[in-house]
Amino acid sequence: MTPPEREILAHAESRGTSPGTDSKRTTMAEAIARFVPDGSRVVLGACLEAAIPFAAAHELIRQHRRNLTLIGPISDILFDQLIGAGCVDRAIVGWVGNVSAGLAHCFRRAVEQSVPRPLAVQDHSNLSLGLALLAAGLGAPFIPTRSLLGSDLPRHNPDLVPGTSPLDGSPLIFVRSLAPDVTILHVQKADEEGHAWLWGNLGVAVEAALAADRVLITAEEVVPGGVLTEDPNRVVAPAQKVVAVVEAPGGAHPSPVIGYTERDHEFFHEYHRRSRTLEGFNAWLEEWVLGVPNLEAYHERLEARRTQSEATP
Amino acid sequence: MSPPAQDYSPMEQMIVAASREIADGEVVFVGMRMPMLAFMVAKRLHAPRAVAYFECGLLRETLPAKLLYTLADPAAFAGAGWATQTTYVLGQLAAGRVDVALVGGAQVDRFGNINTTYIGDSRQPTVRLPGGGGASDFASLAGRLILMMPHERRRFVPRVDYITSPGYGDGNSWRERMRLPGGGPSALVTTLGLFRFNESGEAYLASYHPHASAEQIAAETGWPLALAPDLGVTPPPTREELSIIREYDPVGFWTGRDR
Repeated sequence: MTPPEREILAHAESRGTSPGTDSKRTTMAEAIARFVPDGSRVVLGACLEAAIPFAAAHELIRQHRRNLTLIGPISDILFDQLIGAGCVDRAIVGWVGNVSAGLAHCFRRAVEQSVPRPLAVQDHSNLSLGLALLAAGLGAPFIPTRSLLGSDLPRHNPDLVPGTSPLDGSPLIFVRSLAPDVTILHVQKADEEGHAWLWGNLGVAVEAALAADRVLITAEEVVPGGVLTEDPNRVVAPAQKVVAVVEAPGGAHPSPVIGYTERDHEFFHEYHRRSRTLEGFNAWLEEWVLGVPNLEAYHERLEARRTQSEATP
Repeated sequence: MSPPAQDYSPMEQMIVAASREIADGEVVFVGMRMPMLAFMVAKRLHAPRAVAYFECGLLRETLPAKLLYTLADPAAFAGAGWATQTTYVLGQLAAGRVDVALVGGAQVDRFGNINTTYIGDSRQPTVRLPGGGGASDFASLAGRLILMMPHERRRFVPRVDYITSPGYGDGNSWRERMRLPGGGPSALVTTLGLFRFNESGEAYLASYHPHASAEQIAAETGWPLALAPDLGVTPPPTREELSIIREYDPVGFWTGRDR
């Protein structure tokens, strides 16, 4: 034990709590099984194109979760995969696509042809989705905005309610609050009590954590208790709302995690090519999700492919 | 100004024409893909004090060191002036603190309305597009809006199927009637030409690019083309402008030189 750790431990004991008690640390399989049942309203990809919790989403697919409502601003290809795997009934979203490649093929098939099942979409802008979550975290029934006046989004989304200002009668859009059952965040560091440090662009991560009934954390690293609370300004959300902490290094691949991993652009582009047809998507899903028991095996497969492609010029 | 370049793509012409719309010192909201390259050119040449917000929650006062595939790449974060929450940066936009926003789109009409949601009937769409993301907010709230679109007849329609991002609605002070705070589109920059908007919110061709012609643009536009009385030719990219685009995008990933 290093001197700082000893000091932290002593400090924790003096408060009558000791690190390691009341541990929320668990496995991905157990966290998903216990805290994200069928029919959940779940936020994923709160940081837009960064720190997307792909490993958690893949576990949802492996456990054949059904009737989910997905909530998120820009999820890159994560929502597309869950939709293609048949896990989703409804998507409350700002943008669904493949950011560096183009349209989302599974999302298109679901909306246009009800394949593999019908999908209801509630279109938000990124601001209105952020405001909906912020409202829930504040206990406000709605937040007014002047964004989207005259756009067609309020005509199709019942949670964007046209109204007038009680102050001066001017038109406004009232964004109804949106409280998810669970927000899943992938972060850099967490401890077993649920304190989590997230850095980089934060997207709607803070709003989503505060709006949700419960928060599930997947982390690049789980560190000893007391370390993260040395700088509590950096803690992304109240630990008491965190129900599970899963150590998942590389759990956001192929999206980037600031300080840990770069974005794997080619992985996104390959997915785009292969998911163009239903058969291609199903083969991709078998190779990278269903035929892989866990995150460790996923990274072994990734590493094996990397080694192979280096060997063949 | 450096001499005009000889060999460039229509996308590169579109990017430089859009970049010239950004003035020095402006606060800019930048959409993904082509708009980011336009900002990079402006920042390096004529707008060194411009700053850029990204909707993922970043503020850039300097340029990223390399090409961005997304606005949340680690290169977008490294050296950023502020890393924060989406509601804060879009909140500054809503508070009237953003001069200009740059966005792309799938479908545009003569009043500069943008559709990135549905092609066809929204209940049974022919194509489900990704949606608006932050673009709906840019179009509603930014001081002015620069639209960037590949110029194809199927995209340039008389009336968009769905208004994701409002332009001038159906014209005639529509934005004022809607009480939209932002100023609306000031330019529609395409791969063939540059449009501006008259007092009733209707697009007219202000210049055509050197590789294009007014006739070609009329053929690729789904509404009767209105021409500026002083219709001119867009200045081609200078070697300097082009070298900046190619420095960031050497293989033409976004500009399509190799595609």
